[in-house]
Amino acid sequence: MTSNSDSDASNAAKDFFAALPHAAALGIVPEKIAGGHAAMSMPWAERLVGDPASGVVHGGAVSALMDTCCGAAAMSHGQAGGGAATLGLRIDYMRPATPGQTIRAEATCHHVTRTVAFVRAVAVDDDAGRPVATATGTFTVAAP
Amino acid sequence: MTGGRPEPLQVVKQRRDETLAALVGGVPYIRFLGARFERRGDELTAVLPYTDALIGNPLLPALHGGATAAFLEMTAIINLGWAVLWPRIEGGAPVPEAGALPALPKTIDFTIDYLRTGLPRDAYARARITRIGRRYASVTAEAWQDNRSRPIAQAAGHFLMPPRDE
Repeated sequence: MTSNSDSDASNAAKDFFAALPHAAALGIVPEKIAGGHAAMSMPWAERLVGDPASGVVHGGAVSALMDTCCGAAAMSHGQAGGGAATLGLRIDYMRPATPGQTIRAEATCHHVTRTVAFVRAVAVDDDAGRPVATATGTFTVAAP
Repeated sequence: MTGGRPEPLQVVKQRRDETLAALVGGVPYIRFLGARFERRGDELTAVLPYTDALIGNPLLPALHGGATAAFLEMTAIINLGWAVLWPRIEGGAPVPEAGALPALPKTIDFTIDYLRTGLPRDAYARARITRIGRRYASVTAEAWQDNRSRPIAQAAGHFLMPPRDE
């Protein structure tokens, strides 16, 4: 029974994030949100391109994916009180995402205090062995 | 001192505005967000008109942190691209054809501090290039809405500059 209610909560979280207007506009698809972990994908699209010469997705779109995925990981952590606003986010861009390939982000909320949730994330394309970007973020924790 | 008569103001302004339009108009993601750039002399102000598609939290409602981050990042990149083009424009170079613009700088890292909730209003941003070298550049940027003295977010980043021809 516990596993059922867990997956219900996970589905509700996925529906919540899929319905965020800006996430929907970017084409972000939540794949998994549970227990302080989140995975989301963002298919390549022409409107997301930052460099028209190469067709590479704009860093800002990757940032938005990272912010959404990190926020979902923080919110789904058992001690975060269900709310999480971004305090700070740092993104390192290791290489351009290959044009035409879906970008997939995975975030882990690895520590929560009474006031702050700490999250790290990595984004990859089809070549999952070479990350496109990594992120670290801090999020507010809902007051008890 | 060259003895030539200075160019008419209109010609200078038109060349600056058309070059800026070519720089900004080539980036699909700027169009997707709906941002535009206003110019006074060489100073650029980015404007992000409010649309419902920018909302991240429908309950508050609040702008999506990712939209704010992307807005600041494109402000930084366009300011760097503009700084590279400015001496050419002022040197009288013609407006670059589409596809003939120099490559845009690439983001190495970008750090955003979220200071206040972004409201469902228009947002503005300006960037300051703290250092621009041959290979690397450091840029800070700030975004605000109704009150210039109450920024909603600030950011700092490093960028890889494209190789220059000269």
